[in-house]
Parts: sequence; structure tokens; C-alpha cells
Amino acid sequence: MPQVIGVPKETAAGEKRVATVPEVVEKLIKLGFAVKVESGAGDAANCNDETYRAAGAQIVDSAAKLWAESDIVFKVCVPTAEEVGLMHAGQTLITFIWPAQNPELMQQLAAKKVTVLAIDALPRMLSRAQKMDALTSQAGVAGYRAVIEAANAFGRFFNGQITAAGKVPPAKVFIAGAGVAGLAAIGTAAGLGAIVRANDTRAEVADQVVSLGGEFVKVDYEEEGSGGGGYAKVMSEGFQKAQREMYAKQAREVDIIITTALIPGKPAPRLITAEMVQSMKPGSVIVDMAAERGGNCELTEPGKVVVKHGVTIVGYTDLASRLAKQSSTLYATNLFRLTEELCKTKDGVINVNMDDDAIRGLTVIKEGNITWPPPPLKLPAPPAAKPAAMPAKAPKHGEASAPASGKSTAITFLIAAVLFWFVGAYAPPAFLGHFTVFVLAVFVGYMVVWNVTPALHTPLMSVTNAISSIIAIGALVQIAPPLMAQAAGSRPEAWILGLAVVGITLTAINMFGGFAVTQRMLQMFRK
Amino acid sequence: MSATLATASYIGATILFILSLGGLSNPESSRRGNLYGMIGMTIAVLATVSGPHVTSAGYAWIVGAMVVGGSIGLFASRVVKMTQMPELVALMHSLVGLAAMLVGFANYIDPAASAEFTGAAKSIHEMEIYIGILIGAVTFTGSVIAFGKLSGKIGGKTLLLPGRHWLNLAGLLVVIWFGREFLHAESIDAGMMPLVVMTVIALLFGIHMVMAIGGADMPVVISMLNSYSGWAAAATGFMLSNDLLIVVGALVGSSGAILSYIMCRAMNRNFISVIAGGFGSEGGAPAPKGEGAQPAGEVNPILAAETAELLRESKNVIIVPGYGMAVAQAQHTVYEITKVLRDKGVNVRFGIHPVAGRMPGHMNVLLAEAKVPYDIVLEMDELNEDFPDTDVAMIIGANDIVNPAAEEDPTSPIAGMPVLQVWKAKTSIVMKRSMATGYAGVDNPLFYRENNRMLFGDAKKMLDEVLAALKA
Repeated sequence: MPQVIGVPKETAAGEKRVATVPEVVEKLIKLGFAVKVESGAGDAANCNDETYRAAGAQIVDSAAKLWAESDIVFKVCVPTAEEVGLMHAGQTLITFIWPAQNPELMQQLAAKKVTVLAIDALPRMLSRAQKMDALTSQAGVAGYRAVIEAANAFGRFFNGQITAAGKVPPAKVFIAGAGVAGLAAIGTAAGLGAIVRANDTRAEVADQVVSLGGEFVKVDYEEEGSGGGGYAKVMSEGFQKAQREMYAKQAREVDIIITTALIPGKPAPRLITAEMVQSMKPGSVIVDMAAERGGNCELTEPGKVVVKHGVTIVGYTDLASRLAKQSSTLYATNLFRLTEELCKTKDGVINVNMDDDAIRGLTVIKEGNITWPPPPLKLPAPPAAKPAAMPAKAPKHGEASAPASGKSTAITFLIAAVLFWFVGAYAPPAFLGHFTVFVLAVFVGYMVVWNVTPALHTPLMSVTNAISSIIAIGALVQIAPPLMAQAAGSRPEAWILGLAVVGITLTAINMFGGFAVTQRMLQMFRK
Repeated sequence: MSATLATASYIGATILFILSLGGLSNPESSRRGNLYGMIGMTIAVLATVSGPHVTSAGYAWIVGAMVVGGSIGLFASRVVKMTQMPELVALMHSLVGLAAMLVGFANYIDPAASAEFTGAAKSIHEMEIYIGILIGAVTFTGSVIAFGKLSGKIGGKTLLLPGRHWLNLAGLLVVIWFGREFLHAESIDAGMMPLVVMTVIALLFGIHMVMAIGGADMPVVISMLNSYSGWAAAATGFMLSNDLLIVVGALVGSSGAILSYIMCRAMNRNFISVIAGGFGSEGGAPAPKGEGAQPAGEVNPILAAETAELLRESKNVIIVPGYGMAVAQAQHTVYEITKVLRDKGVNVRFGIHPVAGRMPGHMNVLLAEAKVPYDIVLEMDELNEDFPDTDVAMIIGANDIVNPAAEEDPTSPIAGMPVLQVWKAKTSIVMKRSMATGYAGVDNPLFYRENNRMLFGDAKKMLDEVLAALKA
């Protein structure tokens, strides 16, 4: 007997999302489940009853009937007391719960002897869990919507344009917090053509910001802000001061600020003060995505759009819901992936396997017993530190690898000094002249060759080969030198001539061949 | 042409040679750099020929020798395959060495050449001849053996004579002793014997030295011989009191020395130990297999069609070529695959390890020959950090340069050698004939990684199949 998944209409005021969409209904049925949807559940998300029915779901008239007939209930919002009242023992509920903020609700649910999987309690560190991560998918939608809200309230283009009617400068957008929502906002704003800057206390996200087309603005203060699990932590006083200065500067410069800064279990940090709002240009917009948790801006009023000091401050707490079709589709897919994990046998019966790290984390109530918070994850031990022998990074050519130790430098200089003394003491002046040229040429060669790109090392060898056929000169001067009379007699002419001619022939092979083959190789290097 | 004018021309030629090497700092300027080199050479030769040291009696000989040598050189440069580049370069080094030897002998038997020297100057002049011939001879035979090894005419295995270090030492002592004899020789004829003995020992030493060095150390050997040919030219310059030769010799010598250093660093090996020969043989026997952690686990084979599927579905691909690609002549197929993938919007790049292949920059030349644009061919340091974002890393005929043991297993014989971190890619595909170990004789734990796939077979054949599957 397959279990029934029920999807009620959301009851929270203004909530437009729905926990499953028709496309996903089909997949759930393929997993072996029966799906029942409350009439009108998807209306606000552009999914009418007809489409659900076409996908194979059964439409149920009333919420009470749906809750009674379902083995598993998919929801979006935290259930109300009324909804909890409709539950029956043995039922499974999958939705957002926020167990830390809702202890009373937890007690009520436990009393009903039900099993509850809180999608917000997913252990996000597990890479396997990413496909089920509804917080991420909803934050992404919210980040996108935040930019759209900002564009709606903003009186100008985002992108710079040069029109017949004059030049339009691009809008400058500053995004505080580069988490999932922040990154989505960066990508969206950059896509609309704005100049995007972003900041985050976690320095490691700088690359992600840049990859989406934003510019990472650093706080001029050294402190690592990663608080584990990909979340931020509360920063020190000195850092906060430097951060405030940076925000104040950005506030004066930009047209739009979108704030997304949240710290788990704490009120949202106050980043934008009333003075900063005052310093912004009239017509600027602030979208405070942390409004629900008190807001990153002092003047934010949660759930409302207000205009203060000529600046529009958007404090909507339901940004994801304002893009209901998209957020519902993503949320439905997250739940579907979770269902797959719960029902590995594909027979339409879920198994809440408490030995599975991801499911253990999600399950906050198991058959009436509160199992939240879960024990700390047994993450695989981080790979052991690299052996010290491993060089961190080979130095780029052209720069010294590391200053040699004082001792070895001293020894090198000492040896060099002895050698030079020896040469200076015994060699005739003519030799010294050549020796000077030699030493200087070695240094010139050293400097020049370090600049050669490694890709051209083979041509370098063949060209040095070609020019080392300069040795031909040695043979050339021997072939028929002007002779002083007294030496002419004893000179073995034939021998010298023979050796010189062979020498010239050999070096000519090298000379012509070397240059020609180098040319041939270099012709091949093209973009 | 007067002597001063000839000297001035030499200065011009010197500058052109330096510019020529400087031009190689990037591919755009390199063609002009080569042109500078040619102009410099032309100036140097013309200035010498028309200068005070050559009389018109020699013109016919010079032109004849130039025409013969030049046509051989041009012919060779036209027919050589890019995969044979290392052989050609080795052969050319040997010519420089031989020429240096011949010039040295000719200079010694010419009484006119040393007529102006007396006392200390004469001793120094003779020492220069002696050293010039010594370096020339070592370069000559060393390069000939290197050529033989590279072209497969001599086996790539190391030849280790018993007590080879002692042999070398004895040779060195004999050379020094005969050097003394040579300096004290009363006449040219008396000096001839020590000179010839030294030459023979130097020739043998060149053979012995390169015979003891294995195939994958060839990049070091080639660049070292490159360096020697430069020092030989410099020694000849001292002998002839010719600054141009000294400068050019020094440039080439230091260039080769730097290349040797870069190659050694890329293998995390000491120059001396490379030259002393034999990998891991410091303790006597080659490193026993299974020393340190023996990698264990399943090897996951993959088919060409599946490889094509993987490649088609990825966004970022890094191809790591090695000597195996050169052997299989697969670079053109690699380029075809690259082209198909790039047309599909896949970001394909090449990661080149400094010692991939048999001479410095060998892979770059091969890929350039196959028309791979050089801006997607990157050095190890440039893309090692990108592997975590890479969907597929395809390794073609390379082994030791992608061995994770170098970073993770301190007991491995190649520990500390910088390697391409292909195992950090989502999937790595190793194309290989068999499970045989690489040159270093070290098992590669990469093959047993969960995210690694093995595509067994001849690289060219397999790549052709992958290409066919991609186009289908």
C-alpha cells in the first residue's frame, strides 16, 4: 500500500508558495507515492488544480480532509497551532520548523506522536545534502527578487547607456553579505548592467564575488570572519569600526544597497545607521533582506516599504514568496530529492533512517520524541596537513626563490673572492679584459634567460644552439690568416686548412639549421 | 675592413644576440627575436670574413664550406618532425662540440696563433686550448649519446658501470696530470701527446656520463649539453682572444645552466644526483616497489565512448600531456578534440609540467605544431589551483608528473616533486597502455582513486575513438 503525500494550501498571510508543483508530482508518483493536493494550494504560484490533476495528483476539497488522509505532509511555512491540531499519530511532516525559535511548537508536535523533518535543520556541510538545501534555493530566489524590488523602486536604468537624449551613468549597487542570497543578488544586478560591489566578513568569498561580476570591497582590518559551516560570526570591536567606516563610504557613493547579513542565532547586525541613510543620494534604495531578524538597517520596518530621508527602504520579509512559481519549483525539487533519500527502495514507503547523517540532522521529532538538536556530525577528518617537504608554490621565474641563508651567501662570496684574487694576482692584463667581458656576459645571459617563457624553452635551446655556431669565427680566422714572414715556414698549412674547413661546415649546419628550425617552430605558436 | 670596424660590428652582433634571447620572453616578440639572431650572425660572419684576420685566399673555402653545411642544415630543419626536436637539438650540440674541438686543435698546431704570447700569457693561452678541447669533446660525445638515446638507437635504460664514480674521478685526475704535462711541453709536437690523451678521456667521459642517465632525465641532460656547448664557445673565445665568442658562449652557457636548474627544480632533484645518474639508485638498488604506502583499491576502467560523453557534459577540461602523447604522435587528434569541445563552449586548457617530454618546452612545441593556440596552454603554476573547479582532467601519456604520492607520501621516492594536482578535478581520466609504473618506478595512487578512470590502449587510437564519439 503506497503512502500518501499531502500538500495543503499554505495558511500564513501573504504566503504564495506551495510545497510541490505538478512537474514534481509526476516524479513523486514514479517513486511509488500517491499525491493529494488541497484545492487551490498552488493558485498563487500559477499552478491550478487542473495541472495537478493532469500530473496525477488527487485534489482534495478541505484542509481537514487532506491532513486526515495523508501519511506524509509537505509544507512550506511553520505549521500553525490549528494545523498541528489536524495531525494524527504516525504522520510525517516535512517543512520549515526553526526548532530553536519555536520550542512550544516542538512540544505540541511531539505530543501528537508524529515524525517531523525540519528542512531548515539540514546539515549543510554534507555535500550530499546540497540538492535538498531549501534554505539555499529560497535564499537564491530572494536575492534575485531583492534586486528586482530595488530596480522597481529605483528611478533610473541599471545599465549605463549612451542615448540620443544624453548619457546615462550605470547604477552603483552595494551588496552587504555574499552568502547565497548576496551572490544571487550580485549576479542579477551585474546582469542588469549595474556596477556591483560587495563585502563579506569571510574573505574567502571574494573570488565568488568576482566570478559573478562584482567587485569585492575589503574592510581595512585583519580578521578572519568564518564561523564554521559556511556561516559568518560576530566580529571584534576594531573590525566593526573599520567596517562602519567602509559602509559609510559606500553609502555616500552608491545608489542601491542590498543587505543580507545574518549571523546564526543572533539578531541581524546593524550595518546601516540612520546617518548613513541620510548621507545617501535622494532616490536611492535600500533592500534589507534581514528585515525579518530585525534588519541590517536601523530604519527598516519589517514587511513594509518606507521612504526616509528621500531613500526608499524595502523591508519585505517574503521576498522568496514574491516569486512564488520559481521558489515553489525549487522547493518542490528539494523536497523531492529528500523523498528520494527517504525512499531508496522506490516503493512508495519512506524510511526515516536515523543512521544517515543527513536524515538524522533533518529529523527533529521522531515518533513523538524530540531528537533535536542532533549529535555533532561525524565529518570525515580533514585531510592531514601536507608534508612540510612540499614546497608551497614554486617561485615564478624571475624572482629569487628565497633569500639564501646568511651562511651560504657568505661562503659563496668567500669562494668568489678567493677566485677573483687568484685571477687578479696571476693573470696578465689581456686575459683580465676578456675575463671581465665573460663575467658580465654570464650575468646578462642570466638576466635575459630568466625572462624567457617556459613555453618557449625548446625554441630557446635551438636558437642558443644556432648562435653558439658563432664558433665558426674561430675557424674563419684560421683558414687564411695574413701571416708574418717568420712564422710562415713552420705552419702546417694543409692540416689547419682542413680542420678549419670541416669546422666551418659543421657550424654552418648548425647556423642555418638552427635558425631555420627555430623560425619554423616560432611560426607555429599562434593564438 | 679595419680591425676597429670589425670590433664595432662585433659589438652590434652581441647586442643583437642579447635581443634575440630577450625576444623569447613571449611568443609575439619571439619571431622578431629570431630575426635579430640571424642578422647578428650575418654581421658577425661578414665582419670576420672581411676583417683583418682573413685574406682573400680563404674566400673560396669559406663559401664552399658554408654552402655545403648550410644546405645540410636547411634540409634537416625542413624535414625534422616536431616530435624529433630533442634529437635534432642533441645532434646540433654535438656539432658545436666537435667544431670547438677542431678549432682548438687547429689553433694549437698553428705556430702563428701563439707567436705573440710569452710567459704567463702563453701558459694561459695553452690552458684555454686545453679546456676548450676538453669541453668540446665532452659535449660532442655526450650529445651523440643523448641523440642515440632520444632516437631510440641506444636503449633508454641507464648503463651503470661498477664504481663509475671512481672511474670518473680517475679520469679527472689523469686529465689534470696531463694538463700539467701539456703546459710544460717544450714544442708543439711534445704537447700533442697529452692533448690527444686528454681528448680521448674526455670523449669517453662524455659517453659514460650520458649513458648513465635515464630517459626521463633527458630534459636536464639536453639543457646541460646546451650549456656545455656555450662554455665550449666561450673557451674558444678566450683562446682566440675574441670577445664576441666569449659573450655569445657565456650567454648560451648561462641559458643552458638556467634551463638545467629549472628542470631539476621541477623534478625536485639535485643537479649533481641527476648527472651522477641512476634514479633512486643512491642506495645501490632501484627503490623497491611498495616502499611507503602501497596504494590499493579498484581501478575503474572506462571506454572511449564514455570518455566522450564525460567530456561533452563538462564545462572545464584540463588536458595534461606527457611523453606518451609525443610517442603516439597524438597531438593532432588532441587538437581536433579540443576544437570540437571548444566549439561546444567547453573551456579546454592544457597543463604543462616543466619536465613533461624529453626536453624543456617539448610539449609546447608539439601542441603549437598541432595549431593549439598558445594562450590555452598553461604552466603548472598557472592552473594548479583550478583543478577543484575542473570537471574532467585528461592525462595523456603522463605518469609521474601527476602522481599524488609526491605530495602526500613523504616516503615516496618522488616526494616533494611539484606535480599537477589532477586528482582534485571532479573526474580524472588517465590514458595509458597498461598499469606499468612511470620512469621513476613509483606506483601511482592516482589510478586507484575513486574519481579516476583508466582508458587503456594506445593514446592515438583511443583519442581517435573519443573524437569519433564526440563528433557522432
